[in-house]
Amino acid sequence: MELKHNEILSVSNLTKHYGSKIAVENISFNLSANEILGLLGPNGAGKTTTINMILGVLKPSSGHIQIENIDIEKDRKTALLSTNFAAVYSPLPGNLSIFQNLKVFGKIYGVKELDNRIDELLKEFHLENFRDTRVGTLSSGEQTRVSLAKALLNRPHLLLLDEPTASLDPSIAHEIRYIIKDFAKKNGTAILWTSHNMYEVEEICDRVLFLDQAKIIVEGNPKTLTQDYGQKTLEELFILLAQGGKNHEC
Amino acid sequence: MNVERVSAIVLREYYLVRGSPSRIVPLFAWVAVDIVLWGFITKYFNGITKNNINLSASILTAVLLWDFFMRIMQGVTMTFFEDVWSRNFLNYFATALSVSEYLSGLVISSFMMGLIGLFAMLILAIGFFGVSFFSLGLMIIPYLIILILFGFSLGILACAMVLRLGPATEWFVWPIPALIVPFAGVYYPISVLPPWMQYVSRALPPSYVFENLRLILIHKQTSGTLLLIGLGLSLFYIGFAAWIFNQTFKYALRTGLVARYIAESVT
Repeated sequence: MELKHNEILSVSNLTKHYGSKIAVENISFNLSANEILGLLGPNGAGKTTTINMILGVLKPSSGHIQIENIDIEKDRKTALLSTNFAAVYSPLPGNLSIFQNLKVFGKIYGVKELDNRIDELLKEFHLENFRDTRVGTLSSGEQTRVSLAKALLNRPHLLLLDEPTASLDPSIAHEIRYIIKDFAKKNGTAILWTSHNMYEVEEICDRVLFLDQAKIIVEGNPKTLTQDYGQKTLEELFILLAQGGKNHEC
Repeated sequence: MNVERVSAIVLREYYLVRGSPSRIVPLFAWVAVDIVLWGFITKYFNGITKNNINLSASILTAVLLWDFFMRIMQGVTMTFFEDVWSRNFLNYFATALSVSEYLSGLVISSFMMGLIGLFAMLILAIGFFGVSFFSLGLMIIPYLIILILFGFSLGILACAMVLRLGPATEWFVWPIPALIVPFAGVYYPISVLPPWMQYVSRALPPSYVFENLRLILIHKQTSGTLLLIGLGLSLFYIGFAAWIFNQTFKYALRTGLVARYIAESVT
């Protein structure tokens, strides 16, 4: 699949199976600069598997992934230089302080003027007072903010967020959504966002993909999809699709 | 190879060691126990034997070198285990960090920790028993190179095993030096071993170091051939270990082990 002018990510005919079990089946989608794409679906639908393949930590059985025109299979290093991620199941090492973690990952991502960048992010995520606190001793909400600070360290062109606000209170979650959206706008970042919070998805995503049983079954604008399917809210649509996804394959 | 990414792995280990007495103490504690124990054993043997061979120098130098080898191997595995215990593989390998950069970071961290341990050993051995391997002169350099390379190799192979089989198999890693020591000729010449054990010994680079060490300390001779064989074998093993780790990593990418690697998982 050819990347268009401002497309950051291109996923084409991506499939992953473990023996006879199919985790992701022949999915294709693109993601443009400054676009936030919601990847939705019930547990086990294949969202995290898809993200792991895009991050280069899981080899697809077939299909291609291109990040800024670079095939991740052929040049993983270059493709991942301007990518970053945050996921609740991948906390930063708890035995290092916030500053130490950001310093180590900043060096891995080759961030210029690293100490200044760390200070900026600590301020943005209200973590200045915990700068030298070990991550493992922080609350889950604070740890999530540290993970998000790490995710923005290298000002990524492609950002993958797997349930980034899952452990945040509504007020902090709202603020974090604003920070991320603002960051994407200023840096032209493309974001792939998974969440089970449909209110959040409606608020932040420009487009959504519904995955069910390893396949994309619906794709569209979250604000108009509900009308297209005769539902009042995205949550109702989610339930409808999750219960009868096979009838809505696109 | 990106130096900054390699330095990040080393920096992480430095932060961990600096901030944790429980990581600093083992760098010295077991070394001290070994030197004191073997120092007194050899001192006793020197007193009851009638020949002119200085057992203290021979055995204590061998103990120093063997301990250094173990520090190097365990340095690699301990640095790797820090990532196992903190479930850090996804964070690392979802970046541009390559396997070779990661392994380089592990071996440099291990080398630095090994040097700290070696420094402590030398102070104790010189201070309490008047034994130092500096008396070996420049010959100490090839000895250390062979042991360092083989220590790296075994450490990397052990990491590959844990990556492939799961964190629970870390308990197979600790006895590895104890399994090798009977074949390595650390405390006795390999000629005292039965023939089948001698074949195994000849496949192990440390045996060439310790055979050579005895030649110098007892017979005042050295064998360049033995050292070249030991060096050649060490280079072979490190290449083999890196290849095995790389193959294991590819397997982990195919099966999702890197992404799903958690402390409880055992495949």
